Amino acid sequence: MGSEEETKKKNEVFDAEAASLFVKELRGTFASGKTKSYGWRVSQLKSLMKMLNEREPDIVDALRQDLDKPELESSIYEVALLKTSIKSALKELKHWMTPEKAKTSITTFPSSAEIVPEPFGVVLIISPWNYPFLLSLDPVVGAIAAGNALVLKPSEVAPASSSLLAKLVGEYMDLSSIRVVEGAVAETSALLDQKWDKICYTGNSRVARIVMAAAAKHLTPVLLELGGKSPVVFDSGINLKVACRRMIMGKWGCNNGQACISPDHIITTKDYAPKLLESLKNELENFYGKNPLESKDLSRIVNSNHFARLSKLLDDDKVSGKIVHGGERDKNKLRIAPTLLLDVPRDSLIMSEEIFGPLLPILTVDKIEDSFDIINSGTKPLAAYLFTNNKKLKQQFVETVSAGGLVINDTAVHLAVHSLPFGGVQESGMGAYHGKFSFDVFSHKKAVLSRGFIGDVPVRYPPYTKGKLRLLKVLISGSLLGIIRALLGWSKA
Amino acid sequence: MAAAMGEIEDKLAELRQTFRSGITKSVAWRKNQLRALIELLQDNEDKIFKALHQDLGKHPVETYRDEIGLIKKSAKYALSCLDKWMAPKKRRLPLLFFPASGEVVSEPFGVVLICSAWNFPINLALEPLIGAIAAGNTVMLKPSELAVECASFLAETIPLYLDCKAIKVTNGGVDVCEQLLQQKWNKIFFTGSPRVGSIVMSAAAKHLTPVTLELGGKCPAILDTLSSPLDIKVTVKRIIGGKFASCNGQVCIGVDYILVEKKFAATLIELLKTTIKKFYGENPKDSKSISRIINEYHFERLRKLLEDPLVADAIVHGGLLDKENLFIEPTILLDPPLDAEIMTEEIFGPILPIITLNNIQESIEFINSRPKPLVIYAFTKDETFKKQIVSGTSSGSLIFNDTLVQQLCDVLPFGGVGQSGIGRYHGHYSFETFSHEKAIMQRSFFLELEPRYPPWNDFKMKFLRLAYDFDYFNLLLLLLGLKR
Repeated sequence: MGSEEETKKKNEVFDAEAASLFVKELRGTFASGKTKSYGWRVSQLKSLMKMLNEREPDIVDALRQDLDKPELESSIYEVALLKTSIKSALKELKHWMTPEKAKTSITTFPSSAEIVPEPFGVVLIISPWNYPFLLSLDPVVGAIAAGNALVLKPSEVAPASSSLLAKLVGEYMDLSSIRVVEGAVAETSALLDQKWDKICYTGNSRVARIVMAAAAKHLTPVLLELGGKSPVVFDSGINLKVACRRMIMGKWGCNNGQACISPDHIITTKDYAPKLLESLKNELENFYGKNPLESKDLSRIVNSNHFARLSKLLDDDKVSGKIVHGGERDKNKLRIAPTLLLDVPRDSLIMSEEIFGPLLPILTVDKIEDSFDIINSGTKPLAAYLFTNNKKLKQQFVETVSAGGLVINDTAVHLAVHSLPFGGVQESGMGAYHGKFSFDVFSHKKAVLSRGFIGDVPVRYPPYTKGKLRLLKVLISGSLLGIIRALLGWSKA
Repeated sequence: MAAAMGEIEDKLAELRQTFRSGITKSVAWRKNQLRALIELLQDNEDKIFKALHQDLGKHPVETYRDEIGLIKKSAKYALSCLDKWMAPKKRRLPLLFFPASGEVVSEPFGVVLICSAWNFPINLALEPLIGAIAAGNTVMLKPSELAVECASFLAETIPLYLDCKAIKVTNGGVDVCEQLLQQKWNKIFFTGSPRVGSIVMSAAAKHLTPVTLELGGKCPAILDTLSSPLDIKVTVKRIIGGKFASCNGQVCIGVDYILVEKKFAATLIELLKTTIKKFYGENPKDSKSISRIINEYHFERLRKLLEDPLVADAIVHGGLLDKENLFIEPTILLDPPLDAEIMTEEIFGPILPIITLNNIQESIEFINSRPKPLVIYAFTKDETFKKQIVSGTSSGSLIFNDTLVQQLCDVLPFGGVGQSGIGRYHGHYSFETFSHEKAIMQRSFFLELEPRYPPWNDFKMKFLRLAYDFDYFNLLLLLLGLKR
């Protein structure tokens, strides 16, 4: 009986009508005020924590099915990182929720003012397949902390993770306010047709445009977490071994390059390139052995579509001769070895789209400063990295390179720092989250100004006269002395 | 038409080039431009008075209070705070990353488009401009074509005072607007109606351009039954001040309607009538202290709202319309039907419906069953009721016991939520609205943590678990071999 019902449920089409009923239900919960209470927020965050503590093996399993993700990567980047995020939210929530006092000026005296954070209402979170747990649940932590009801739509490209998320949320979370909708384009479109109070989308900039256009119909604010071609600039005179290891961790150590903050390509000087290449090869071998296709410490490519896409990048005539390391592929196992390409043409396919895989082109320039021009000539990336010991170069990098975030002498680590806003700019996204920024991005900051009934000045009201104009001028300027002078008739204004 | 498009593209190309040159990023440039803006306002007070009088019949006192004075104050405030706003903000990082430093640097978006509205044509053009300049952007300003004189004043005067390579004005109607929206901007700041706001955001989506939308909505004034006659008097003055005395109701933060208990309605209406008389005389049409309706289109729109027979029956004061002078007298309605257009659309004119309730507590539900307004005004001395309103309603902002004064507070964010807008500005929030906050993390090559790297094993797993938990004590034990 139970299984029959389940099949029936699965066969039901999730169309606009179903979506609208869904949202209506959540709206009802939100209107009841349930999700606004501190108690509810804490209880949900704690349930989420419990879920991660109890079901980590299931999560690791799902990720192995979807991506063959190494257990350590799953445990650390998907589970541990989330737990840190929940912990900090639980610790800080009271503080975040406290209205912020604002100083008022003499012009509105007597008055008091504060800024009160309030939840937007019912929010939609659409997450990607590469970090299906982290990138689904990290925004959920922010949405819950801010007191919203929410619908999570995980990516259908990671099916095991998607169905596990739906199952776990059903088991652990308050279903009257937190729901998961599984599905692909049709379901997502049905969801996007609804009116949401905030939409958080993590993915690519093409779909982001569709999401934002859908949001525009209902004047819904959006948080868009996208990607881009994040460059790494290698200056000479650095501890090359350490730099290469850190670089490899950010690229292949993060889901085999299938991460939005992964280094996309390297820019270095012509003179330094051979040394850099040598060192990268050495460290890659230290990490993943002589036959990286067999390494258990690398994720596979998510599916055959992406495998074909990456193969196409490598088979491009302009590029195929430029492979200087790796290049091995196993179509059946969906595996591609860490691959280095030297001096690929800037107009090749691989240099015109986000790579999102284990391929790493190295571009060379005459002077290291030229690399900043290359970065600025493209669209703004989510992250830009620089390895250098040169103070001046660091400063120049910070001043001239625009990106979501910059990291000097490491890669990808800023993701784990909750005191820094995480988000892109222009092509790489809109808005930021993590830590308190997650709370802020899911909250409306309501200005509340309170006045007494005394302190009314007749100049505010008609009929208007020249004298009122004079007094008004000093009043708005907020100068106490000026006000007294004007009241006494000494003002020359 | 093609020529106009070419002109826009040329202007945009120059703005881009100027931004790329980096000049607008310097503190000196930003400060100079803000100073020049103050100078512009000081030198041209009379011209502005005249332009607003022509466009809207605005009295100079109102013009000073709501436009010139406010903008001068904002520009001065921005000048005094700019160094502080621009300073990178240091962030603490977990010990795990030691030695490292973190900071957040504000950088300009690039070339921004500001589309302003006709009701406060100077204020709503220049207030966002201050933010855009303070943040170091180059700007295309598109004033509303409905305030004709102000639009041409801005187009003529801004190039005389501000850096014309970095700040440009384009005038025109809907077609020019459409052409502007086809271009790629790095930020769009729009003030106007939700309908156009939605169009602007759709256009922005094509280029992934962030938007700030300053819209409107039906801002209610909750009026609790006050016991002190003095308080009631002040309340009525402030409500009239927030309705008719600011562009004659053509203001996004103006009072749209009043919610009051039945038993209090009669007293309120009497007092409203006498105060309106005191402010505007026996014959408000002759008063110089009240603005006219912007144009025939809006005059007709308002006339139609009143024409509904059930609405016409609800008129308890005023109702005089003078088409020739585009004047509508301050008009009060008592309990018009809630499904009439006057109660479903933003009024944006000198008509003030009073809706009576059995109990003032019902006002919260009344407001919540409608789109979120830009502002909720509430006049009450009841602290419990205040708390209920703060937590039980949602709006851009919430003002107790006064109207419109929130614009004077640079420290408060100004902006809507839901139907009333996206994003916020004023003071530091203007600077933030036009800045990208870039996260920067710096590490050194010392202190390499070996367990970060593959090949993976159990020890590395344990190590990283503790590390991400920032559990330094157990981490030490693990490293010393004292923990399994």
